[in-house]
Amino acid sequence: MQSQAQSFMHHTIRYMNLAGFSWLTPVVRLAMGENPREQAQEIARRIGLPLAAILMFLAFWSTAAAQIDTSLGKFPGPAAVYAAGQSLWQDHQASREKETAFYQRQEDRNAKKLAANPDAEVKIRPFTGAPTYVDQIFTSLKTVFTGFIFASVIAIPLGVACGLSPLLNTAIAPIVQVLKPVSPLAWLPLVTMVVSAVYVSEDPLFPKSFLNSAITVTLCCMWPTLINTAMGVANIDKDLINVGRVIQLNWFTQVRKIAVPASLPAIFTGLRISLGIGWMVLIAAEMLAQNPGLGKFVWDEFQNGSSESLARIMFAVVTIGFIGFVLDTVMLSLQKMVAHDGEQQH
Amino acid sequence: MANYLDISHVSMEFPTKNGPFKALDKVNLKIERGEFISLIGHSGCGKSTVLNIVAGLHQATEGAIILEGKEVNQPGPDRAVVFQNHSLFPWLTVYENVEIAVKQIFKGKKSRAEIKQWVEHNLQLVHMSHALHKYPAEISGGMKQRVGIARALAMEPKVLLMDEPFGALDALTRAHLQDSLMEIQAELNNTVILITHDVDEAVLLSDRIVMMSNGPAATIGEVLHIDLPRPRDRLVLADSPEYNHYRAEVLTFLHQKQAKPDVPMTNKGQQSAPENAQGAPVKKPPELKQVVGG
Ligand SMILES: Nc1ncnc2c1ncn2[C@@H]1O[C@H](COP(=O)(O)OP(=O)(O)O)[C@@H](O)[C@H]1O
Ligand SMILES: [Mg+2]
Repeated sequence: MQSQAQSFMHHTIRYMNLAGFSWLTPVVRLAMGENPREQAQEIARRIGLPLAAILMFLAFWSTAAAQIDTSLGKFPGPAAVYAAGQSLWQDHQASREKETAFYQRQEDRNAKKLAANPDAEVKIRPFTGAPTYVDQIFTSLKTVFTGFIFASVIAIPLGVACGLSPLLNTAIAPIVQVLKPVSPLAWLPLVTMVVSAVYVSEDPLFPKSFLNSAITVTLCCMWPTLINTAMGVANIDKDLINVGRVIQLNWFTQVRKIAVPASLPAIFTGLRISLGIGWMVLIAAEMLAQNPGLGKFVWDEFQNGSSESLARIMFAVVTIGFIGFVLDTVMLSLQKMVAHDGEQQH
Repeated sequence: MANYLDISHVSMEFPTKNGPFKALDKVNLKIERGEFISLIGHSGCGKSTVLNIVAGLHQATEGAIILEGKEVNQPGPDRAVVFQNHSLFPWLTVYENVEIAVKQIFKGKKSRAEIKQWVEHNLQLVHMSHALHKYPAEISGGMKQRVGIARALAMEPKVLLMDEPFGALDALTRAHLQDSLMEIQAELNNTVILITHDVDEAVLLSDRIVMMSNGPAATIGEVLHIDLPRPRDRLVLADSPEYNHYRAEVLTFLHQKQAKPDVPMTNKGQQSAPENAQGAPVKKPPELKQVVGG
């Protein structure tokens, strides 16, 4: 029994570490009755300390905010931002209720029509309310992932090729180094013009503003993946390659079964940095491209200039930061999962 | 069959920044089928270069490798290699590490069930059946080397090439592996070339010890036949005068005739010369440099 509980605990801790919740491990250990005193100290250190820092930050923020007068009133403190968040959530729920009611009404009407005349043509018109804050979040996520996936699809194969061929690597290194530091604000006008010229269709699958933001994200975030992949492939242990040669794998199998798996940790390190950059860049891109999303939300509130605007923008800042943190944690977990040096837990 | 493997007039020049560097000069060695050869010499003299040329991983600038009457100059599973630092694929389990080789080599020749059986059989030979589904990071250095040997054996090579396979292991683990290797050798009677810098290992395992002169332009200095009866037992041999005689001959070659000029030889010619004075550097896989973009 004892050992079963232990193994359960070890498994739980392992998964928590993978998922980025290592700070919770002392709580699990405490719950399992392991070394209560030590665990309590550990909890104080790993949870108490950051919590205290957060509280201090909030206190500093609210006192500092009270000192700042803007043309839109006082700079919002934590309480005002919390209230703004609540009101955004209520708006969202209200909008969803309206939407449900809207569809319900149509269905009722259609049902009646059909009851009167089974051959009647019935239609459901889509709901056209303004996107809520939650909708904006999902749009932003959709945009950043689209851009990120484009970037990965280009950068990983190109990186593998560069890692395999020193010639290709030498050839494109300067181009990469020059394009890497370019700001999204510089790319966007160019992307906008090119998309308008090239992407002409009567009934576009994606709105242009969406494509503009996504492609800008791609252009800004593909470089770390490209560079890390190339580095990972170029640095594969020579003996592993030689094993492949001894068993006479053909070139393609060599790449698929040795080069790519061997450099997966490096690739994922690159992907993680890329996604971080992509998310950072997206807000700027959305602002400028007027793509519905958190960036546009911030921009619209700035233009509105109502008394609540600053608090809403500040709430968006917190949301953006929090989502960035979650994305990074997810990527870190993936990175740990593909790491080869699987630390021994037993 | 006298000339199973013929290393014939092999010379090797590496291009370097300061012009060509002649590592090997006319290395000549004929090996019989089933023979166990040890290649011994100071670190950097060119042992690995010889082995890599036999494996086909390097191309000799002069001379040829002739195996069963045919010249070979490409790598292939008929000359399986066991590398010093195991070189297992870290993302595959023990079983899969052997399987990847077996699948590739016996494609179309063995059925699925036969492949599975063959992989398991070879892992059993090296006493690794208990860890089939563990990852390399989860087993010890000695076990990794066992798996490396199993992978090489599973290729049914004509020649088994081993480059300081036990160099990175502690003395006790090394002894275990040497015993395992002798057991396997008694059963399969492979043709083996083993690189080592351990005199005891060479005498214990070999039919012939090939001693290489120092580089540059290294070549074969002396060849010593070891006529000790098999099976050999390290405990019995420790007190055997023949064994100690062989040992002394190799030591004399290494520390007197081929003493490294830059290594002060304080105990020149003494019986107690350090056997492992020049522990070969343990190769490490290159550190993964991570680049932070932005
Ligand atoms: N790829 C290479 N390029 C240049 N010099 C090399 C290369 N490989 C080996 N050498 C040189 O050849 C000599 C023999 O090396 P090696 O065969 O690895 O020695 P050993 O295995 O006996 O320690 C050394 O002086 C080494 O520096
Ligand atoms: Mg060597």
